[in-house]
Amino acid sequence: MPRVKIKRKSTTTDMTAMCDVAFLLLTFFILTAKPKTPDPVPVDVPGSTVTVKLPEENVATVIVGSGKVFFDITGANVRKQTLEQMGQKYSTTFSDEEKTKYANMQGVGVPMNQMKQYLDLESDKRESFKQPGIPTDSVSNELFNWIREARIATKALNGAELRLSIKGNSKEEYPTIKKVIDILQKQKVNKFSLITSLRK
Amino acid sequence: MAELDTSSKDGKGGKVRSKKASTRVDLTAMVDLAFLLITFFMLTTTLNKPQAMDLAMPDKDEKNKDDQLAVAASRTMTILLGSDNKLEWYIGEPGKSAPTVEGYGKNDIRKTLIENSQKIKQSFGKDMFVIIKPSDKSVYKNMVDILDEMHITNIQSYGIVDISQPEVDELKKQQIYQ
Repeated sequence: MPRVKIKRKSTTTDMTAMCDVAFLLLTFFILTAKPKTPDPVPVDVPGSTVTVKLPEENVATVIVGSGKVFFDITGANVRKQTLEQMGQKYSTTFSDEEKTKYANMQGVGVPMNQMKQYLDLESDKRESFKQPGIPTDSVSNELFNWIREARIATKALNGAELRLSIKGNSKEEYPTIKKVIDILQKQKVNKFSLITSLRK
Repeated sequence: MAELDTSSKDGKGGKVRSKKASTRVDLTAMVDLAFLLITFFMLTTTLNKPQAMDLAMPDKDEKNKDDQLAVAASRTMTILLGSDNKLEWYIGEPGKSAPTVEGYGKNDIRKTLIENSQKIKQSFGKDMFVIIKPSDKSVYKNMVDILDEMHITNIQSYGIVDISQPEVDELKKQQIYQ
């Protein structure tokens, strides 16, 4: 009787298709990924079970950390317009170059009287510059004006209502947050969002 | 797969034939790398999207202060947020019922909220109203936590109100105002 020989199969597989799919997905994820924007202050966002996502456009974020307040708006055009309006209010004129620089930044917390110098700094020097935060005291309530001008600019350019959100540090004391909420309420913004992360 | 050709001929006297090189390339390493990168990008993009917790504050209209909605004190639960991640709650008017000091979390305030809301629902037939009063010594996380508990326990009517001096004294008495 002849012995039945078991044929040894080759262990190599054709990986071309797998490779195609893998790279297709990779390209997709690279293109859709948004670069993580560094915060001007370390902010540890508190966790919650809410799973509603923040919209991508027409959002302004007030970043609160270590007692300082920073302000960030989405959309380059709205940013430029807001800076111009703020310039008119505080009698500073910004050149187009400065406006473009501002449009590319994230989370700026510089008082208006230092804004021009800050924008004129070299980009590497700007990173080491310690931002003092936007003044929120009643004497020069710049945050109030920032929010107001940003709302006006969004309404004029995009025809939409600006959505305000607060990104606060977990350990931030409540009075600082309350100050921001009071400023929002003063201009009748009673509905806003708190940015949270997924609860671990 | 590209494999090494080990069946070398000795080439004694034979014609030198130009060998056809195989066009197959080993893709294993490439696929490995691609999947590693995919995993990386997948994880970073989904986790980076910020979540937004909507919060509606009571209207602070200074002109018509009388225009406020009165809620029966008996179905109102007041939560005072103190320091050291502790809170204090009572039902009804301050000083009339004994306040309880509790922590945040599912065995503390969440249990209380569910119990109280059921009790009030049974005896009044209406929903409970929760007033949150964060003190100056509480941190932002406390506020987000308590709002999250409202969301978890499905309490629809709640509000964040400024704390008043007698309530601060109450927190001091319980030693959670440091």
